[in-house]
Amino acid sequence: MSEFLRSYLTVGLFGALAVLVVGTFLGLSSLVRPTRPQPQKYINYESGVDPVGTGWSQANIRYYVFALLFVMFDVEAVFIFPWATRLEAYGLFGLVEMFIFIFILLLGLLYAWRKGVLRWI
Amino acid sequence: MRTNVFALDPLFLDDVGFEEVGIVLLKVVVAFVMLLVSVMLMVWFERKFISDMQNRIGPNVAGPFGILQTFADGIKLFFKEDLIPERSDRFVFKLAPYLSLVPAFLVFVIVPIGGDFGEDGDGTVTWFGHETFLQVADAPVGVLFFLAMSSLAVYGVMLAGWSSGSKYPLLGSVRASAQMVSYEAALGLSLAAVILKTGSLSSHDIALAQTGGIVNWNVLATGIVPFVIFLIAGTAELNRPPFDLVEAEQELVGGFHTEYSSLRFALFFLAEFMNTVTMSAIIVTLFFGGPAGPTYAGPAWLWGMFWFMLKLLVFLGVFVWFRATLPRLRYDQLMDLGWKILIPLSLGWFLFVAALEIGDNRGWSRVVVAIVSGAALALGALLMSAAISASRRQRLDEQAESDSPVGAR
Repeated sequence: MSEFLRSYLTVGLFGALAVLVVGTFLGLSSLVRPTRPQPQKYINYESGVDPVGTGWSQANIRYYVFALLFVMFDVEAVFIFPWATRLEAYGLFGLVEMFIFIFILLLGLLYAWRKGVLRWI
Repeated sequence: MRTNVFALDPLFLDDVGFEEVGIVLLKVVVAFVMLLVSVMLMVWFERKFISDMQNRIGPNVAGPFGILQTFADGIKLFFKEDLIPERSDRFVFKLAPYLSLVPAFLVFVIVPIGGDFGEDGDGTVTWFGHETFLQVADAPVGVLFFLAMSSLAVYGVMLAGWSSGSKYPLLGSVRASAQMVSYEAALGLSLAAVILKTGSLSSHDIALAQTGGIVNWNVLATGIVPFVIFLIAGTAELNRPPFDLVEAEQELVGGFHTEYSSLRFALFFLAEFMNTVTMSAIIVTLFFGGPAGPTYAGPAWLWGMFWFMLKLLVFLGVFVWFRATLPRLRYDQLMDLGWKILIPLSLGWFLFVAALEIGDNRGWSRVVVAIVSGAALALGALLMSAAISASRRQRLDEQAESDSPVGAR
């Protein structure tokens, strides 16, 4: 087996062990812990009063906009990382390209800023 | 008969001996136990250290200096009744602790915890006649793996809050996801400068490139700025104070884990502290040379482990220190810091480091390159701030216009 694949196999093994340990903890605990059901115990917490409406209330749209902006910068990182590892292969030309690339992306951020997306009220 | 099925795939060409499997298993088990024990000690350390800073005694009953307090708490939670709210989404509610804890475990995989990183060491140790690294796996995309796992941790928080079917957890989880996502971007971009210096994404290569003295450590080699950005963004990513808006007790009760009880709560707690430990380990590896340090008598890999532990302890202390001294940010301040300062700054600094590096390779004068690229970046920053202030003026004008006739708002 190649070194490349072996390292990922080890990662998988580690993850499997983590899942196994968490599962074992929960399983063992379910054997020993008490269960004395009362209807009041299964009501959602709402600062001591009975909950009003459903728990799935509407969240502010701003959170969603931030997620969209994040996608933009994360994709940007995907383009930056390979270039950073092969800096010399592209030399000065690559540097100028990267300046232009990041400048355009910052324009995007600036647009969002101008539109008031980043302003939290 | 192990060459039958996979024989056609070149990835499977080498043989796997019994010893290699043994070493892998040994590393996995040892790393796992080490991580769990260090998390237990970290919980104790945090409580004790913060007590000292607040003139309290802190845990002192269970074991010497209360060192077994975490263990006692864990056992207590183990025997508590587990409540799942009636309105929750039961499957996702049960799944969320796994999604939180497993990525926390997996990040530790890429951390080199020891090895000979002295003057002329290459970070390998020889066990049973096999050369190996003192890290669970050396994935070629180690840094990306770290970023991927810290992104996955958002799912645990988000789904835990959503599946509770309750208001406080939902608000907490939505806040948490927006915060983690915002700082994730700054975290990734500040790492770009480190990758630039090393030219590799493997954590072992990054640690190896920092051997031979403090000046080679990435914290100095990339300028201090990427490290500061990484530390701030990392603290926010961990949802630790001063960025703990996720579970701001005064506003959100417990945040996303309000409805969790007994062992399931303990698992979230464990994940949080495990993330703190692994984040410190990642900071040490990427910016402070990992196990690099002078070696004296005795096996060199043990010295590497010693230096690593020492640096790790320093950063764990720093995180507790943050918690003890800094007040919590407001949410708009948090978002402003992430998007308006850290992201543009990390991008600008990355370009600056890249320009210096390219200039060095061409033999240009460092001063000239620094002045030219610094001027270009300053010009960019100036244009940006000019655009922003212009837009602010315009907005205020518009507001004044719309406000004047009979208080339109």
